[in-house]
Amino acid sequence: MNLVLRIWRQASAEVEGRFEDYPVSGISTDYSFLEVLDRINEDLVSQNQEPVAYEMDCREGICGSCSLMINGTPHGPRPATTTCQLYMRHFHDGQTITVEPWLSRATPVIKDLVVDRSALDRIMQSAGYISVHTGEAPDANTIPVSKSRADKAFVAASCIGCGACIAACPNASAMLFVAAKVTHLSLLPQGEPERSHRVRAMVVAMDREGFGNCSNHYECAKACPKSIPVSLIARLNREFQHAGLLGHEYGGPIHHAAHEE
Amino acid sequence: MIPDAHIPRGDLGDKWDNCLDSLHLLSPANKRNRSVIVVGTGLAGASAAATMSELGYRVDAFTFHDSPRRAHSIAAQGGINASKNYPNDGDSHYRLFIDTIKGGDFRSREANVYRLAQISGNIIDQCVAQGVPFAREYGGYLDNRSFGGALVSRTFYAKGQTGQQLLLGAYGAMNRQIHQGGVRLHTRSEMLELVLKEGRACGIITRNLVTGRIRRHMADAVVLATGGYSNIFHRSTNAFGCNVTAIYRAYKRGALFANPCFTQIHPTCIPVLHEHQSKLTLMSESLRNHGRLWVPKQVDDPREPRNIPEVERDYFLERKYPAYGNLSPRDISSRTVKEVCDEGRGVGAMKHSVYLDFQSAIEEHGLDFIEQRYGNLFDMYRHICNEDPYLRPMKIYPAAHYTMGGLWVDYHLMSNIPGLFVIGEANFSDHGANRLGASALMQGLADGYFILPQTIGHYFAEADAQPLALDDEVFDAAEQDATRRINRLLAVAGGQTVASLHRQLGDIMWHHCGMSRSEQDLCSAIDQIQELRDEFWKSVNVTGTSRDLNQTLEYAGRVADFMEFAELMCRDALAREESCGAHFREEYQNKAEARRDDERFSHVAAWAYRGEALPERFEEKLAFECARLMERDYR
Ligand SMILES: Cc1cc2nc3c(=O)[nH]c(=O)nc-3n(C[C@H](O)[C@H](O)[C@H](O)COP(=O)(O)OP(=O)(O)OC[C@H]3O[C@@H](n4cnc5c(N)ncnc54)[C@H](O)[C@@H]3O)c2cc1C
Ligand code: SF4
Ligand code: FES
Repeated sequence: MNLVLRIWRQASAEVEGRFEDYPVSGISTDYSFLEVLDRINEDLVSQNQEPVAYEMDCREGICGSCSLMINGTPHGPRPATTTCQLYMRHFHDGQTITVEPWLSRATPVIKDLVVDRSALDRIMQSAGYISVHTGEAPDANTIPVSKSRADKAFVAASCIGCGACIAACPNASAMLFVAAKVTHLSLLPQGEPERSHRVRAMVVAMDREGFGNCSNHYECAKACPKSIPVSLIARLNREFQHAGLLGHEYGGPIHHAAHEE
Repeated sequence: MIPDAHIPRGDLGDKWDNCLDSLHLLSPANKRNRSVIVVGTGLAGASAAATMSELGYRVDAFTFHDSPRRAHSIAAQGGINASKNYPNDGDSHYRLFIDTIKGGDFRSREANVYRLAQISGNIIDQCVAQGVPFAREYGGYLDNRSFGGALVSRTFYAKGQTGQQLLLGAYGAMNRQIHQGGVRLHTRSEMLELVLKEGRACGIITRNLVTGRIRRHMADAVVLATGGYSNIFHRSTNAFGCNVTAIYRAYKRGALFANPCFTQIHPTCIPVLHEHQSKLTLMSESLRNHGRLWVPKQVDDPREPRNIPEVERDYFLERKYPAYGNLSPRDISSRTVKEVCDEGRGVGAMKHSVYLDFQSAIEEHGLDFIEQRYGNLFDMYRHICNEDPYLRPMKIYPAAHYTMGGLWVDYHLMSNIPGLFVIGEANFSDHGANRLGASALMQGLADGYFILPQTIGHYFAEADAQPLALDDEVFDAAEQDATRRINRLLAVAGGQTVASLHRQLGDIMWHHCGMSRSEQDLCSAIDQIQELRDEFWKSVNVTGTSRDLNQTLEYAGRVADFMEFAELMCRDALAREESCGAHFREEYQNKAEARRDDERFSHVAAWAYRGEALPERFEEKLAFECARLMERDYR
């Protein structure tokens, strides 16, 4: 195949960005999308030009590093697929493909297609865990968990923290991500004691990071490579309201965690 | 010289308790005065950072990733072993110990492996308490499955995403400590040098990958949890960032590197389909619970797999190793796959794959059952190969996967450099010459949650805190080394990309130091590596500057270290004149089965850096008191 990739280039957050066109030829349909970017980058380096910065690591859809707005859709046109798992057989010869970073107020650009998603980590640091010291745990089979509950928790827990939901949302809301995390832990009996503190702290942290509100566009779930169900957002809202009714029964102040460079 | 390994006294089953009883303790107040640097926040690093902070130590954790949750551990698929014996099928600490020692072909320490088995159950308890959603049965209790090299079901799993769920657990534990102020997290920070003061580890030099800023960090001890180096083969099942840099630079500062040539080639991966393919995706070993490996009996059989009748198929693992069949260990399975492909019976366009077939399992258990267990793996296969494994068998081939070699550590997980500890895949670990499936997660978490946090206190209690400042000359020197190296990479401005040089190195390693090795090949590889290394420093092209995000520069630094380390790997393979586990020397075999030489090689080989001169090889003798040395027989 012969293609043109129209890629957003921006040297740093401080300078203006622009699109550049990069024609590539001789691409096999078995190439992955990132392998096409690799080709472009190798060519650029050979011409002594700076390659396009973009993030990836596992290339098997699990680490959540890869991103990219491909023709206006986070992770490209295929449902339930990360960019690293996207293959060129889903494009056609001669196509021009636009590639942009995932921009939002809470996820600023670092360079080219790389954005800063550390806001998601800060939300997790606020309370996205079960508080148990190493060594405190009882035997694993002490608490049976029904298979259906465990399976539901697993579905929520399979979120890879990529941020596609935010990129897809017209309000740049992180509700689906937070909903997935809250659901995972609140469905399990182990997560019960901190349930209401957790949801409150995480929602507060989310707001503090500057993510937008949810106004039911459901674009997040469409973009999610792990098919996290949109129904979890309703569950998050219920959990939050319930926690609000209970008041501050648990824990100290909700404060901002140190996050070094 | 190799220092004493500090194996505790007593019977095998008592050693860990005896060790714990004899460790010096620090008071809570003193713990707060001690600081630890942890490099790497995968399973090993995150669990260690969290636990040490819980104990009161001040922890600084570093990762080159933008988030700890991206570490390569996230990709582990199949599961984690523990001798809980929940299925009541006769498992015990002893059996897990024996399977692991035997799986490693008797090239690991008995005491370490037994400790691992003893701790394995605690890991599962801890992870479940953290909310790791392991697979459960309808009764609500935890489910197990089987992995290679074992006749019992002891593998706990979360679909094909076990590593992800375990890492999220450890990440949560660390997040809690970050929130409480006990751990300071430094993301996008790559360690470039280890700093020593009077022979003790006292700090590191990092580069901030966004600003390019070089920074100095000091602490009372340094822990490396930086993972494995399979990417030396260029294409592997590992994530792209996996590298040898941290441990290799520590080696150059005096840390011993143990068994560098022990690298595992995993039998079931998606093969190379085109030249620009960047990754060899693993198809988890758990698939061999229900998938059967076969090739046509006939050479160059052009028929569709479904049109080849049963009698004309060779289920080669079941035939050669009837006792373990498709669940034979990885080294043996990989070699057998290579063997049948070399005979011309490989399948697929390039004739270099074998079938992994689920037809009989689907017929027996139904589609739903298979979907439940392996759904995400099947999806992954379909994404990449554009074929439906429910309808046609998968086509797979071995790929570089895991590195048993790593920095030498004693029973306390401390290297020969006082104050430098090494955990997870980065140490030479408990897997001997071949790791059994589902045991890396177990080892990384045993190291991080349960062993290191205990033993490190002993070091602190014995060694007084040294007064040190960041403007000490040892930091000046180390920072200069790091900066000089970066400038040197940028200065070459030659005509070859880093990727192309990496590809060339990978080719040399795969063909000469991969699944099968010989004296001739290894000698030739050493020559080729030296040439390629010269070529690298003459012709690598690193664009951009050192003052901002420069992924080419990061990559070049890692490949530069691979270029040096590759030679050490080959020298180790050359010196080990035997076949054991994944290390197969063509000269030492009994009809294609590995032939160990216990007289001469029942030892760990540990290499010391000697600058311009050749590295020096030391031996740590392995004594087997409980496991009987035997030929590994999976027939
Ligand atoms: C595809 C795949 C599937 C697997 N499946 C299983 C399985 O089912 N069961 C099993 O037991 N094992 C499995 N393994 C093996 C297992 O996943 C790994 O051995 C284990 O996760 C390694 O953990 P770790 O913490 O030692 O290192 P990693 O998870 O690799 O973490 C390394 C950390 O070090 C950091 N780092 C590295 N270098 C530097 C540096 N210079 N400066 C700063 N930071 C640095 C990284 O950022 C990262 O945080 C699998 C491996 C692969 C490749
Ligand atoms: S919810 Fe989906 S889209 Fe959002 S971060 Fe998680 S995996 Fe990505
Ligand atoms: S690179 Fe890991 S999910 Fe895409």
